[in-house]
Amino acid sequence: MSIVSILIQLTDGMIKTVEIFFLTLLFSLPLGLLLSFCRMSKNLIIRSLAKFYISIMRGTPLMLQLMVVYFGPYFFFGIQITTAYRFAAVIIGFVLNYAAYFAEIYRSGIESISIGQYEAAKILGYSKAQTFYKIILPQVIKRILPPVTNEVITLVKDTSLAFAIAVSEMFTVAKGIVAAQATLVPFAIAGVFYYLFNLLVAFIFEKIEKKLSYYR
Amino acid sequence: MQLLEIKHMKKKFGSLSVLEDISLSVKKGEVVSIIGPSGSGKSTLLRCATMLEKMDSGELTYLSETAVHNDEAGNAVYADKARLRQIQRYYGLVFQNFNLFPHYTVLKNVTDAPISVLSIPKSQAQKEAMELLEQLGLGDKADAYPHQLSGGQQQRVSIARAMALNPQILFFDEPTSALDPELTGEVLRVIRELAQKHMTMIIVTHEMMFAKEVSDRILFIDAGVIRAQGTPDEIFSSDDERVKSFLARCM
Repeated sequence: MSIVSILIQLTDGMIKTVEIFFLTLLFSLPLGLLLSFCRMSKNLIIRSLAKFYISIMRGTPLMLQLMVVYFGPYFFFGIQITTAYRFAAVIIGFVLNYAAYFAEIYRSGIESISIGQYEAAKILGYSKAQTFYKIILPQVIKRILPPVTNEVITLVKDTSLAFAIAVSEMFTVAKGIVAAQATLVPFAIAGVFYYLFNLLVAFIFEKIEKKLSYYR
Repeated sequence: MQLLEIKHMKKKFGSLSVLEDISLSVKKGEVVSIIGPSGSGKSTLLRCATMLEKMDSGELTYLSETAVHNDEAGNAVYADKARLRQIQRYYGLVFQNFNLFPHYTVLKNVTDAPISVLSIPKSQAQKEAMELLEQLGLGDKADAYPHQLSGGQQQRVSIARAMALNPQILFFDEPTSALDPELTGEVLRVIRELAQKHMTMIIVTHEMMFAKEVSDRILFIDAGVIRAQGTPDEIFSSDDERVKSFLARCM
């Protein structure tokens, strides 16, 4: 089997991988922010629930979580699982997991902003929403960019965990070809693919960091 | 006309009583300095007056509008949020650590609140801000970011930011305490100019000579009470032992 035909076979998988990547970011970044608000809530119940949720999500394997999301509806509610649900389950699983990590990153960023910024905004008459979106959040984004970059790079590699519930992202396809054709080339291609993908991710985040370096 | 009226303000942090019973009224155009040892409650008084901190008991009135009154049990009751926001527009506060917004240029620091809080048109806000910055000697710094400025310049920007909202009263919380000694002069000069224009100001400060020179009235606060008050001459010639020993230590 030629490299070209392996590549062609892997292409669909690569597209799936990229889809998982972007959809996860699209939903988990805002959900993480919401979760971080809950985690910092004055209400003890909301705060405790958020803390518990985050500890479960960070304390158990993502692969296990994907299986729970995928098989859970059948086991807990007897709902018949369709193959179409597979991809949705992957996205749900990834989003729920990554939101927990992002929530803690947001929290660290929000808590690092000095109380003086809030007080200045209050005295100047900004509403709570204005204070957060105009004054606090832009500064938080700048501060959390390095840990977010780390997390996003991890996400690129984690997409391969979707094979656990047989979603045909690239790594799943690569494994299939390796088994069928007794060649390691697909793995090599997969490795190069992840590496280049992350090179691009790192490059983009570096650009954003540079863009935000106009102030301290 | 009384711009500010504080009656029997009390504040505790846990079991520690920081303000025992403070009453103070400030007339339009008056410059009042608050001095006293550290930990005496000066900053807490300022923070309670500007509602950054909640007082436990007492009354707070700006321009005859009541922000805080006492219930029958003697506990402070705050007016509703909309009213408090309205009242908040009467005063500005200049912080010890400036608290400028680091991601905004000098110009945006000064114009953003007028534009997004008071809904003043952007062009008008910018024009007024530039006039203010010129007055404070910062005309060439409009496009700079706070971290590019010296402490003295940053503090002048924060004064401009507060003035841009046209407050009736301006509070200063130790405006020169975070500055290198050679930079305090430029900030004090700006405050002096505001005093000459009859801006009503309440200044917590450790700069005794400045307080003496610029104030109409000086309050000496010790252990949460106003231990002495009067004109600068009265305070600086006071017979009170605490006042005398404090001033002797400061000068």
